[in-house]
Amino acid sequence: MYSDKVMDHFQNPRNVGEIENASGVGTVGNAKCGDIMRIYLDVDDHQVIRDVKFKTFGCGAAVATSSMATELVKGKTIYEALQVTNKAVMDALDGLPPVKVHCSLLAEEAIHAALWDYAEKRGIQIEGLERPKSDIHEGEEEESEEY
Amino acid sequence: MEEAKRMIYLDNAATTRTAPEVVEAMLPYFTELYGNPSSVYRFSQKSKDAVVKGRESVAKALGADTSEIYFTAGGSEADNWALKATAEAYKTKGNHIITTKIEHHAILHAAEWLEKQGFEVTYLDVDENGTVKLEELKKAIRPTTILISVMFANNEIGTVQPIREIGQIAREHGILFHTDAVQAFGQIPIRVDDLNIDMLSASAHKLNGPKGIGCLYIRKGVKIRSFVHGGGQERKRRAGTENVPGIVGFGAAVERAMRTMEDRTAREKELRDYLIGRVLKEVPYTRLNGHYTNRLPNNANFSFQFVEGESLLIMLDMEGICGSSGSACTSGSLDPSHVLLAIGLPHEIAHGSLRLTLSEETTKEELDEVVEVIKRIVERLRNMSPLYEDFLRKQ
Repeated sequence: MYSDKVMDHFQNPRNVGEIENASGVGTVGNAKCGDIMRIYLDVDDHQVIRDVKFKTFGCGAAVATSSMATELVKGKTIYEALQVTNKAVMDALDGLPPVKVHCSLLAEEAIHAALWDYAEKRGIQIEGLERPKSDIHEGEEEESEEY
Repeated sequence: MEEAKRMIYLDNAATTRTAPEVVEAMLPYFTELYGNPSSVYRFSQKSKDAVVKGRESVAKALGADTSEIYFTAGGSEADNWALKATAEAYKTKGNHIITTKIEHHAILHAAEWLEKQGFEVTYLDVDENGTVKLEELKKAIRPTTILISVMFANNEIGTVQPIREIGQIAREHGILFHTDAVQAFGQIPIRVDDLNIDMLSASAHKLNGPKGIGCLYIRKGVKIRSFVHGGGQERKRRAGTENVPGIVGFGAAVERAMRTMEDRTAREKELRDYLIGRVLKEVPYTRLNGHYTNRLPNNANFSFQFVEGESLLIMLDMEGICGSSGSACTSGSLDPSHVLLAIGLPHEIAHGSLRLTLSEETTKEELDEVVEVIKRIVERLRNMSPLYEDFLRKQ
């Protein structure tokens, strides 16, 4: 079901943990749908992401996309991090099963939520960053087929 | 993916190993005795005899007459047939059907389809153990109720229903009673007359028989429409050349299951309770789903707070352990198992469920190993769970 890369990031997730006094923390998803991601950022004075950690409650894909997303933003400036899309996360994982694509959206959203929190704490505006939705399933309807 | 060294198979509610003696019994009916039971020549008589014998084995196990056993392609077909064909046959009497919220999807989706055809369906709630409330059943009965369908034992949480009482209530009201006994058959003694059952679905592959064969028991006198139109097989109710090797295998598996039931289930119950005891004692923030005692001999179903079921299953698989979960990720929808929600579990706890179903091959050593692995995996997943982090902060 999952690619080798997904399995690798699920079994050996990178950057699991918390950061005390983090520059920004973002939590997205909800327990109802079975996935919650939290991302901690440590951003230095040059707006470079010095360290990043995550915690995730969710399926294999949720863990793997969180892990990959943290890898992709680590060492980047906040503006570069903002450009990391769910597609980039998926590509880096050699793809996801169609029913798991929402996990990559959640990972992108978690990064944005952490950046938003950072911007709010610093009292700055990050161009191109919109207030993240807390729930990526909002408005989403379950596939229903006549049978 | 790395192949596991050995496998501990604890998903016997999904399917079981076909017993070698069952395969042995089936084999001649592929390459040697391949005649069509409907043919005239003597060669086919042996196939016909085999179907008769298979039907006798199943009928005997249920305390039914051979003329009341109709072979199907499995449990789902039997469930669909029972609901749709009864609805059709009795629609002049009424249009109301009663079932429960914890049925298998073969019943639930068939019932939903019937609703679209104009039938009215009541889905009964269950209590926190997953047991149907008899008072609610009585209240749900209308003058137009034509059928009550309640599963014998639940496939996820293992709870066994008060079938005799439900059958009694149905009978008193002149309503037909169907039960999906796919999980119970071969694990619990069933006599259709004692239990007031009018129709019953069963499947061979849950009791060490082959896949693709099952049956619907239909009490004599019950009107039921043909489900598959065609030839005259199965008393013209289910056309199609008989699955002779399947029927032979089903019969052999049923005979075997009846022979071994008492000792097998006693042993499984002991192991099941050992597993449940250890897990509840050694893994914190864990609950058992389903009735503590009134459950299938081989079923254990846990919820581990703060962890998600699919992650748990993949990690167990990496350790060579096969189980199943009611998490959304394994059901292909956003919602976790309808059964776990029906017994009142909040979504996040339903997502963290694990079902382990034992077989006669399961050993105590295997379960000891499983408990150790579960402890390790649950701890690992909790350490990366934001829900657990929040919980610890609040402590």
